[in-house]
Amino acid sequence: MAQFDVIILGGGPAGYVCAIRCAQLGFATAVVEKDKLGGVCVNIGCIPTKALLHSAYTANLIAHDAKDLGIEVGGVKTDYGVAMKRSRRVAEQNSKGVEFLMKKHKVTVLKGEGSLLPGKKVKVGGETHEARKAVIIATGSRVKGIPQIGLEINKTTVISSDEALFLETLPASVSVIGAGAVGCEFADIFNAFGSKVTLIEALPRILPLEDAESSDVISKSFRKRKMDVFAGAKVTKAQVEKDKVTLTIEVGGKTETVQTEKVLMAAGRAVNTENMGFKEAGVQLDQRGFVKVNLATLETTAPGVYCIGDVAGPPMLAHKGSREGVFVAELLAGHKPHPIRYDNVPSVTYCHPEVASIGLTEDQCKEKKLDYQVGRFPFSANGRARASNETEGLVKIIRDKKYGEILGAHIVASHASEMIHELAVARENEYTVEEVDLAIHAHPTLSEAIAEAALDSMGRVLHI
Amino acid sequence: MATKVLMEALSPTMEEGRLVEWKKKEGDTVSAGDVLAEVETDKAVMDLVARAGGTLLKQLVTAGTTVPVAEVVAVIGQPGEEVAVEKPAGAKAAAPAPVAPPAPAAQVAAPAAPAPSAAPQTAPAPRPSERIKASPLARKIATERGVDLALVQGSGPDGRIVIKDLESARSGRVAPTAAPAAGAAVAMAPGEAYRDVPLSQIRKTIAKRLVQSIGPVPTFYLTTEVDMERVWDAREALNAGGRKGAEGESPKISFNDIVIKAVASALRQHPACNAWWQEDHIRYWNEVHVSMAVAVEEGLITPVIRYTDQKTLRQISLESRDLAARARERRLTPNEYSGGTFSVSNLGMFDIDQFTAVINPPEAGILAVGTIEQKAVVHEGALVPRRRMRITMSCDHRVIDGATGAAFLRTLKTMLENPLALVW
Repeated sequence: MAQFDVIILGGGPAGYVCAIRCAQLGFATAVVEKDKLGGVCVNIGCIPTKALLHSAYTANLIAHDAKDLGIEVGGVKTDYGVAMKRSRRVAEQNSKGVEFLMKKHKVTVLKGEGSLLPGKKVKVGGETHEARKAVIIATGSRVKGIPQIGLEINKTTVISSDEALFLETLPASVSVIGAGAVGCEFADIFNAFGSKVTLIEALPRILPLEDAESSDVISKSFRKRKMDVFAGAKVTKAQVEKDKVTLTIEVGGKTETVQTEKVLMAAGRAVNTENMGFKEAGVQLDQRGFVKVNLATLETTAPGVYCIGDVAGPPMLAHKGSREGVFVAELLAGHKPHPIRYDNVPSVTYCHPEVASIGLTEDQCKEKKLDYQVGRFPFSANGRARASNETEGLVKIIRDKKYGEILGAHIVASHASEMIHELAVARENEYTVEEVDLAIHAHPTLSEAIAEAALDSMGRVLHI
Repeated sequence: MATKVLMEALSPTMEEGRLVEWKKKEGDTVSAGDVLAEVETDKAVMDLVARAGGTLLKQLVTAGTTVPVAEVVAVIGQPGEEVAVEKPAGAKAAAPAPVAPPAPAAQVAAPAAPAPSAAPQTAPAPRPSERIKASPLARKIATERGVDLALVQGSGPDGRIVIKDLESARSGRVAPTAAPAAGAAVAMAPGEAYRDVPLSQIRKTIAKRLVQSIGPVPTFYLTTEVDMERVWDAREALNAGGRKGAEGESPKISFNDIVIKAVASALRQHPACNAWWQEDHIRYWNEVHVSMAVAVEEGLITPVIRYTDQKTLRQISLESRDLAARARERRLTPNEYSGGTFSVSNLGMFDIDQFTAVINPPEAGILAVGTIEQKAVVHEGALVPRRRMRITMSCDHRVIDGATGAAFLRTLKTMLENPLALVW
């Protein structure tokens, strides 16, 4: 029986980051991983999709913008297989990078399926390992279908992102069910490569968690690119055949039939809590199926057992899991880590244009009956955006009228993912809209739109 | 295992308590039940008792500090035991920084301004000399709510004050300075324009209740009737004696000039009425600056006769005439109509018997002067006509209590009835 200070179940972005921090703090640390290090994020999530999205962006640029930019490219051909293979190389590199980091920090990687035993013990294969300080559950989540309507993932015609990331050839047509981040990103990719894409969302608008104005910009952009976008749509029937799927959907009181080569299930994820001895070890789940944790310490109902990442509860985002990993490691070391503000986790969708946000949406502000003022600045009025021919989108800042607090910030822009952090820093440090404006923003940049939106929220916008 | 000593809720309504005096020193052995300190609550001074035995390892607040209920004020443990008091995150063990006291973080070690020995030790609110770390949002909210950030313990990185910390901090918390013992005379300290005295718990409770009951300036009124025969005669004599003198022509002395002079002299004897309400403290003025209400075309203005108590009747008369004239011409500068410490409003010339005047904040009192008229009064056992004048004092009850105001008024009445007192 090997002993460690800390044993972490799962080597995804929550687990491996936690392992690095534990090792830095002097703990003898082990990570249990049955597959590749880096988890869903590195292997079948964040990273490879971003590689494909970059291909999609380039394809769109060449197909739609190049001529206007003074570059003629004859006979443009796309090859999803080649793009896929490149995305695999990128994922592989990143996984190798995590392996290297584990070695560098002298973290023991225990390969195999791990399960929890009572009393801070973990079994991997036939061996039992004991943790002196803590066991940390970071087992993550996986895709799930919607079997209720006959859309069980069969990995041929009804696929999930897991399969979509490995397709050798582009399907001629795809129905994407679920227009959250994953759905919108794949819709963007397939469309750019030439598939006929139908995007179906049950809630009244695509990107339902984002601000309504952000949804609106993406919806228009997608439709302009000839995607069929159905929001507030209910799939009532699904006929799955060998080479095609026929969906019957009800939308706006009408019934539509959509026939596509493949259906991509991009709605819902299931957390990995089964068959790992959680119950026996005293780790309870909450009503929604997440591991029950004390939010102040992330400790589970089993003493000495902690939980981080997707399996610990929403938002199911890699960066949230990583931060929880660092937090628990520091807590175990007796530090007083900066508390995690779950209302201040940025959220990003990497379709084109990108959507990024932090804090409350305007609808949420209304619901909470907050006294707020919205500041907006469209990229059509931003010099850098015009120079780059990427004028879709806007910056929207919701400001508390009394104190100037940044209640929420929403960016739709070609590089929104890189811009949101100015507002994340501001919010985390309780800067108000005024402090954002006080910082001099370089010209010409897309970020000037943030300063302008801040000004607009105070009624002092300059460039409109 | 060290035990934290918390500020306990010693009365049902207590939200904070002022640690009046430590009864045990650091290093003293204490057993459970020993009185550690005296704490002034909103109602009374009570004992803070040790809940555990051991050695008093650390006092975290200085006597005089106001501490919210449930804040740690001291630590009891074994001698030599490491005191696990929360240091600001990131504070280096090697750094010479002392253990940061929680809550009212201001250092009270007061190398106070050389206070005159007669005055109680009341240094101005001490503030840490270094910059207070607070988020911009916390600063705005603190400003809005009147929270003194120097007294808030920050929970953010390196002790930075964030919004969360303000949720517990309540507005208007006073600076941790010693208040004069209850009932102690508010002594004047020559050389200082005023002295700020923090509110005692009882003063705070009174203020809170009164404002809830009456309005922002909880006012009450005291009326008395003054026999003006002697003032009448004295004025006649002064004005009849010719107005030419070494200092040039004298003005005709008015009754109002005499009242102002008397008010200033009475205020000298009753500094408790010569004060400003400052929300979280009371400013007792050592200087007397009487404001006089002057009716002007657009309304009313109150020019100030500075150092009124040190001026002769003649100077007051000249100055009041000049100020009133220029007030009507609207030629007063702002500093000529601000900074008064007490006001006098006179409607005697309008034959008003008596009235109540509205306090001119932050001043705490105003005297409303009615007309002088002959009345049938019993004087030395006989019903005789006498010249009488009614005066009514409006008092801000947060500063002036009934008895305080009445005592001032009695002095004023005595002075007017014996005008020779004015030359004392």
